[in-house]
Formats: sequence, C-alpha cells, structure tokens
Amino acid sequence: MINSSLKTLSQMLASKQISSVELTQTFLTRIQQHNPAINAYIALDTDKTLAQARAADARIAAGNAEALTGIPFAQKDIFCAKGWKTTCGSKMLANFVAPYDAHVISQFDAAGAVNLGKTNMDEFAMGSSNETSYFGGVKNPWDFDRVPGGSSGGSAAAVAARLCAAATGTDTGGSIRQPASLCGFTGLKPTYGLVSRYGMIAFASSLDQAGPMAKSAEDCALMMNVMAGFDERDSTSLNRPKEDYTRGLANMVGAQPLEGLRVGLPKEYFADGLDADVAKVVQAAIAEYRKLGAEIVDISLPNSQLSIPVYYVLAPAEASSNLSRYDGVRYGHRAAEYDDLLDMYMKSRAEGFGAEVKRRILIGTYVLSAGYYDAYYLKAQQIRRLIAQDFTEAFKQCDVIMGPTAPSTAFKAGEKADDPVAMYLQDVYTIATNLAGLPGMSIPAGFAPSTDGKALPVGLQLVGNYFDEARMLDVAHAYQQVTDWHLQMPESLK
Amino acid sequence: MALNIEDIHRIAYLARIEINEQEAASTLTKLSGILGLIEQMQAVNTEGILPMSHSQDLAQRLREDVVTQTNQREVFQAIAPMTEHGLYLVPKVIE
Repeated sequence: MINSSLKTLSQMLASKQISSVELTQTFLTRIQQHNPAINAYIALDTDKTLAQARAADARIAAGNAEALTGIPFAQKDIFCAKGWKTTCGSKMLANFVAPYDAHVISQFDAAGAVNLGKTNMDEFAMGSSNETSYFGGVKNPWDFDRVPGGSSGGSAAAVAARLCAAATGTDTGGSIRQPASLCGFTGLKPTYGLVSRYGMIAFASSLDQAGPMAKSAEDCALMMNVMAGFDERDSTSLNRPKEDYTRGLANMVGAQPLEGLRVGLPKEYFADGLDADVAKVVQAAIAEYRKLGAEIVDISLPNSQLSIPVYYVLAPAEASSNLSRYDGVRYGHRAAEYDDLLDMYMKSRAEGFGAEVKRRILIGTYVLSAGYYDAYYLKAQQIRRLIAQDFTEAFKQCDVIMGPTAPSTAFKAGEKADDPVAMYLQDVYTIATNLAGLPGMSIPAGFAPSTDGKALPVGLQLVGNYFDEARMLDVAHAYQQVTDWHLQMPESLK
Repeated sequence: MALNIEDIHRIAYLARIEINEQEAASTLTKLSGILGLIEQMQAVNTEGILPMSHSQDLAQRLREDVVTQTNQREVFQAIAPMTEHGLYLVPKVIE
C-alpha cells in the first residue's frame, strides 16, 4: 500500500477496501518508526491529521469525493497552515503558529486531502542539502550518511522513504528537482505563476514556485490539478483556464508513443563538471526515449554557465528585501535583552537567522547598496534575459529539453557544508529554468555506484516550454510505463 | 571588487544584523568567494539589453477598492513577541 499510486489509493478508498483513517494510520505508524532517524518531519499533529482523515471518510461515504480525498500528504514547512507550527526551518519562526492557510494548503484541504505533517527544509529554503535547517539535517533514505538534497529535503526523504503518499515542495533554484534526483522520485517545478505563492514564505519572489513531489508523473499530474490555478491574492498568479494535467497520460501506449517528439540535448549540460556515472545513466535514459519514438537533437544554451552568478545576485537581493520583515516586532524571534530599538533589531536578527541565511542577506544587501546596483543587480537582470532567450531559441528546434538534474549523486553530510560555492554548484543545471520561469521536472532514471559501493539514485531532468506541463508529464509517464526506476524504494525501509 | 573587514561591518549594519569580529572574519572569506563567482558576469556585454525581472512580463492587476478582509487583530497579535492594549510594544524611540 505504501508503494501504491495516488490513483490506486483513490480507488481503494472509493471501493471501501480501506478507509482514510486506516491509510493515514499506516503512514503515521511508519513516521513513528522511521522519522526519529530520518528527521523528515519537523511538526506532527496526530489529532488534526486524524480529524481530516475522519472528515474525508465521511465525504467518501456521502459520495462526493474528489481524486485526492482521503489521501495523506506531507507539506513542506514553508507553507502556512492555520494552527500548525510553520517554521520555514528557522529559529526565527521556531514558535510561529500560522494564523492562516497558504493557497496550496487550502487547495489540498478543499480537495479533502489529509495533512500528515510539516516537513524539514533548509532554512528559508536556502540550501541544497537540508543542512542549513535549524531543526537538523535529514537523512537520505538510500544512504543515511548522505544528504537528501535541498531545500525540500524533508519532503524528499518522506516521499523516498514512503512516509507519505506524496508531498509538496518549492523550487527557487532547484529545490524540488535536485532532491528528487538525489532521492529517486518524480518532482515538478511548474511554470512561474501557475501555483499561487500566497502563504508560502517568501525567499526570492520572482523565482519561487511550488510543485508536487511524488512517486510518478501520474501522481504529479493529479496533484497539479489541485495545486495550479489563479489566485488573486498573489500578484504574480496567472489567470488562465483550468487544465486537466492527466488528460494525455492514457495516450502513452503502444511501442512508440512519443513518435514525432523532438528532444533537445544542450551540449552545455554534458560538459565538464558532470559526474561520469551520472552521465552514463542519463545517456541510457535518452536511449530509452529514442526507443519510445523520440527524435534527439543537439541544442545549445550558450549563456547557461552564467546562471549561477546571475542567481547569486538576484536571489540574495530579493531575499534581503523579503527577510527584512523579520524584525522581532510583530512575529518571530525577539532577543531577550537589548538596549534600544536598533539593538533589538540587530540582536533579534543575529540570533534568529542561521549562517547561510545571514550570508545571503549580506550578499543581497551589498549588491543592492548605493553605487553597486548597476554593476550587479541590473547586470544580472540583463543576463537573465539572455538566459531566457537561449531557451526561446532552443524551443524552435525541440519540444522538450533533457539532461542531468544534478551534477552528481547524493553527497555525504558535511562534505560541502562549509563551502558555499561548492554547494551552489549543485544547482548548475536547474537554476536557468527558474531564471527563465520555465517548467522543469526530475524523474528517476537509474542508479550510479557511490565510492563506498552503494547504489544511489540519478535523476533525468526535463525542461518544457511555458505552460507545457501536461506534455512533460506525458513524456515522463511514457518512460515510466517501460521502466521501473520510479517504483524502487530503499530495501532497509520496506 | 575586493571586500575588506570594514565593508562587512558596514553591510551587516545596513542589513541590521549584529556581527562580532570573529564572524566578520569568516564572513569576509565566504562572501569574497561568492563575489568571485558573481564577477563572471562582468565579462558579458549587456549593452542595450532590457533587464528582466519576471518571466511573464505582467502588468500589475487592479481590483475594486472594496473591503475584502476583516480586522483580525487578536489573531495576529497572539503570535507577537510583546503587545499591550492591542499595540505592539518596542523600546521607546521618542523621549
């Protein structure tokens, strides 16, 4: 049951083979058993969770269930959920109980889904290993010595260890896709503006986007049907007609369901810096796509190597502005002792933020400070356009872009914790997608051996054109019909 | 541009984050590394290129000027560090 698809769970619930309370209890028991070691969840509230499950059962009995009614999900702790402690992985918000629901949370609630708990994450989503969390690191379910990736590390471990049916995440520079690659599951970052950011604690507002983290493309499609949609409370939410993201999945049958699909391989994504074993797995996945009928074309994204420098100007700049709200006055941490108002601000922020968050605030403050704005911020915004234009050109030659999600498999905890620049390079293939605002996915493509002889998951990245999520999900689903990488789970957690 | 320790103190002050000498020294090393990474941008000719702030060049929406939310002072102040008579308390700023 813990390996079942959302569709199967939904059918089991509808046919009364199982109740939502029983299903929820199954996951709560697994959480109780494995979470103390993995640290995927940082807030649990069994009463609230079971109350939702009972309500879902009543709804199913009344005959007005929807696709996700009664299914238990994990929610990244970046989403405000009324009455739930919502910390964003920070000491600053360690005692913050959200007074309202994020749009994403209300969408799941309205669908009758069950909230299993809030998942661990890098502090304010700033990190690629979950090691910046105030609540401690998260273990990669495939190898407890290694990190799950980040920033959505808790959701990632919860999905991979089957401590939930599926989870939500957010992706500013790769925070859904890189953990999906490192933990071996399917994750989608939608087109910027598709999922409302209302109630999602802000990091870099022009890049942040929420999306599904699940076992399969089909599961992600079902979640997108709930998560996507216009919301007037987010000024960047796009007012578009509702889509059914599952609409094309059933067509992915026959020997060559992808006949006519042009898959672009950016030469820059297969250059120096990519681990040889990861490259081998990605190439094998591309060979599989050829068998499914896809035509492979070589493309170039000439400015992609600039995405990390551009991101590390824009994201910290936006963060320094967004995080100025934490001043110890209206909510969040306030220092116990201070001399005056300025001292209260300075001490509260010094105590409330961790080292990486402080670094990014300082970088952001610097690049926005008088005399440097043009050289850094404006320049970065100009190069951002060049990066986005590269994709526009590329999509004249292909329908979907493929490549590695991350340059390596999961690394050991502590390995990069003291070297921010090495950590930032984890997102070398994912950041450009955020800068351009395009949808990106990572799907399990196989395993590569680690130096100490373990098999670690490798993700294949798919990048689509704006609003092309349904096609990307079809393309991922076609692959998942002929492979079983996405169905694998760590032996020790079975 | 190379940063020095005074710059770190100045930036930390602008960001309203208290920082001691030891933290300033380690911050200097790490920030210099990050700025080194950012410096790669300067090699690109960006003359005449329009800056991009959002992927979809949207105009801000306007809404009717009507009340959409009710006052929830008690709810919001319940999570405040310090309040009194419905007001947020901070150290005295005017003598």
